[in-house]
Amino acid sequence: MSKELIRLGDVSMVFDGEPVLDHIDLTINDHEFLTLLGPSGCGKTTTLRIIGGFQTPTSGDVYFDGQRINDLPPYRRKINTVFQKYALFPHLDVYDNIAFGLRVSKLPERSVDKRVMEILEIVSLRGFQNREVTSLSGGQQQRVAIARALVNQPKVLLLDEPLGALDMRLRKDMQNELKRIQQALEITFIYVTHDQEEALAMSDTVVVMDKGCIQQIGSPVSIYNEPKNAFVADFIGESNILDGVMREDFLVEFFGHRYRCLDKGFGKNEPVDVVIRPEDVDIIAPAENVLCGTVTNVIFKGTFYDTFVDVQGFTWLIQTTEFCPVGTRFGIQLDPDAIHVMKKSKYSEQFGDYSSYSDEYDELEADPEGGADEE
Amino acid sequence: MKNRFLAGPYLLWMAVFTLIPLGIVVYYAFTDSITGAFTLENLAKIGIYLPIFFRSMGLAAIACVICLIIGYPVAWCIAKASPSRRRLLSMLVMLPMCMSFLLRTLAWVALLEDTGIVNQALGAIGLGPLPLVRNNGAVILGMVYNYLPYMITPLYTVIMKIDPKLEEAAQDLGCSGGQVFRRVTLPLSIPGIVSGITMVFVPAVSTFYISQKLGGTGTVLIGDVIESQFKTAYNPNLGAALSLILMLMVLICVGIMNHFSSDEDLGEELVVQ
Repeated sequence: MSKELIRLGDVSMVFDGEPVLDHIDLTINDHEFLTLLGPSGCGKTTTLRIIGGFQTPTSGDVYFDGQRINDLPPYRRKINTVFQKYALFPHLDVYDNIAFGLRVSKLPERSVDKRVMEILEIVSLRGFQNREVTSLSGGQQQRVAIARALVNQPKVLLLDEPLGALDMRLRKDMQNELKRIQQALEITFIYVTHDQEEALAMSDTVVVMDKGCIQQIGSPVSIYNEPKNAFVADFIGESNILDGVMREDFLVEFFGHRYRCLDKGFGKNEPVDVVIRPEDVDIIAPAENVLCGTVTNVIFKGTFYDTFVDVQGFTWLIQTTEFCPVGTRFGIQLDPDAIHVMKKSKYSEQFGDYSSYSDEYDELEADPEGGADEE
Repeated sequence: MKNRFLAGPYLLWMAVFTLIPLGIVVYYAFTDSITGAFTLENLAKIGIYLPIFFRSMGLAAIACVICLIIGYPVAWCIAKASPSRRRLLSMLVMLPMCMSFLLRTLAWVALLEDTGIVNQALGAIGLGPLPLVRNNGAVILGMVYNYLPYMITPLYTVIMKIDPKLEEAAQDLGCSGGQVFRRVTLPLSIPGIVSGITMVFVPAVSTFYISQKLGGTGTVLIGDVIESQFKTAYNPNLGAALSLILMLMVLICVGIMNHFSSDEDLGEELVVQ
C-alpha cells in the first residue's frame, strides 16, 4: 500500500532569475491522494508540471518507480493530467475527446469503444458521447476532462485546481465523486488547490506550500491540529496565534496567565507561538484570575456565531453557539488539548490577531444590515 | 435600430459601387453588343474560352498549394514566437505589400529574363541561359510571390489563438511532437487554411497583369481575355459574360471550401463557466 511511487529529490526551479521552487523534497506513495495546498504563487502548480513533464527542474531529480525521469517527455510518462480549465479539444466530440489517448496508443477500435463506454459510466456521462464539448456545462466538461485522463489507466492522475471553475454546490459533489473514483480505481491522485477545506476533505496527505518551500507534510488531521508554524496555522482553518513563553514542559504562559498544555521539548522560558482554534474556546463567567475579554463584533454564520473578543488589546476570534452581544464581558477557559504550541518561525510576526480581518468580513461589517449589531 | 444606422454608410457604398455595377454587368452579359437586344449568345461563347478558364483555375490552385506549403510553417513560427519577435516577423511578411504590385512583378521580369540577373549569374558559371520567364512556372511564381502574405496572415492569426494548453493536453495523452500537430494543431487551424486559400485563390484566378508580364502566349489567363474584351476587342458584352461566369465559378469554389470549415465551429474557444 505505502510503496514509494514518485520522489522529488532536492528539486529547485528558477524562472527568469526568480526562484519558484526552493529545494523541495517530497515522496508520493502508490494509491495515495496527495494534495499540494498553498496560496497562488507558492509553487504548487510548478511542482505538478514538473511531475507531469511539462517543465524540467533547474536542479534536483524526479524519480518515478525508482527511475530518474527528469528528461522523459510528457507523452512517455504513465501520468495523465486534468488541466485547470479542462483543455478539451473543441474539434472533437465527447467520445473522441475521451478516446484520444487510446487512439494515439493505437488500441484496436473495439477495445477503445469498450473502455470509453466504461469510463463514461464511471463519470456519470452515459448518453453524452456524441455531444459537442462546447455544448456542455462546466461540471460536465470537468467530467469529460477526468474521463479523458482516466481512460488511459494512468498510474498517477495530476489534477490542477480542477474544481476552481465550478460553483459551490457542484464543487462539493465533485469532491465526493473524485474521492470515490480515486478509491474505486486505486490510482494515485496528486491534487493542486488553494482551497484548504477541499484539501482537508479529500486528501490522505496534505502538503502545505508557501514561497516555493514545503511548510508541512501530514494527514489532514495532523496538519489541522498540529500546525508546524504560524503560516500553516493561519492558512488551514481559523487560528488565534498568540505570543507565549514556555515555562516548562506542559506549561505555557500568555497574557499573564499560565495554562496546562500537551506540548513539551521546548527550552525553559523559550518564546513560542501559541495556536488556539476559535471553536476550542470555552466561555465562562468573568472572574479574578481568569483571562477575560470584551465582545467587539458578532457575525452570524448559521451553525455558530463568529464572536470577536478584545483581550488586553489583542482581538480573538471565538466561535460560539450562543449569541453574546457586543459589549459582553466574559472569561476564557482553555483545556490543555485546546492549546497548540509551535516554535517561533519567520512567519511569527506576520500572523496574529483578528483586528484586521479578511475582505469578506470587512464587507459584512461595512453593511449596516450585516448582522453585526443585531439585538 | 442603432446598429443598422451605423452600417448605413457602408450599405450606401455597397449599393452604389457593388450592387448597381453588378446589375450593369449582368445586363451587358445578356445583351447583344450591337443591337442591345436580349441574347444568350455571349454566354454561349464560353465553350471557346473553357480551356482558358481551366488554365486560370489550375494555375491559381497550384499557387494556392505552394502558398500553403510555404506559408504554414512561417505562420506557425510567427504564432509561436515571443510578442516582440512576432511583431517584427509579421511586419517582414507584410513588407513586400508596401511596394507597388506592378513594380514587384516587373522586378521579377528583370530577374528572370534571358538577359536578366539570374541568367547572367548562371552564364558566369557556364550555364544557361535558362528559359525562366514566359511560361506557366513564371506565372505561378508571380502569383505565389504576390499573394503569399494573404495566406500567412489568416493562418498565423488562427494558430496564435489555439490554446497552448490543448497542445500540452495532447502531449499528456501520449502524442509526440508530430502527432500533436497532426491531431490537434492542424485540425484547429483549418479555418485559417480555408480563409488563406480563399484570399489567394480569388485574386490569383482573375489576375491578368502577372500573366501578361511573366507569362507567354501559352499562358493567357481568363483575366487577360476579359481585359482585352474591354480594351482592345471592344466587346464589353462578352467581357461581362466572362466576368459573370468567372464570378460564379469562384463563388462555387469558395462555397465548397467553406463547407469544410463551417460544419463545426472549429475556431471557437471552449467556454468555461
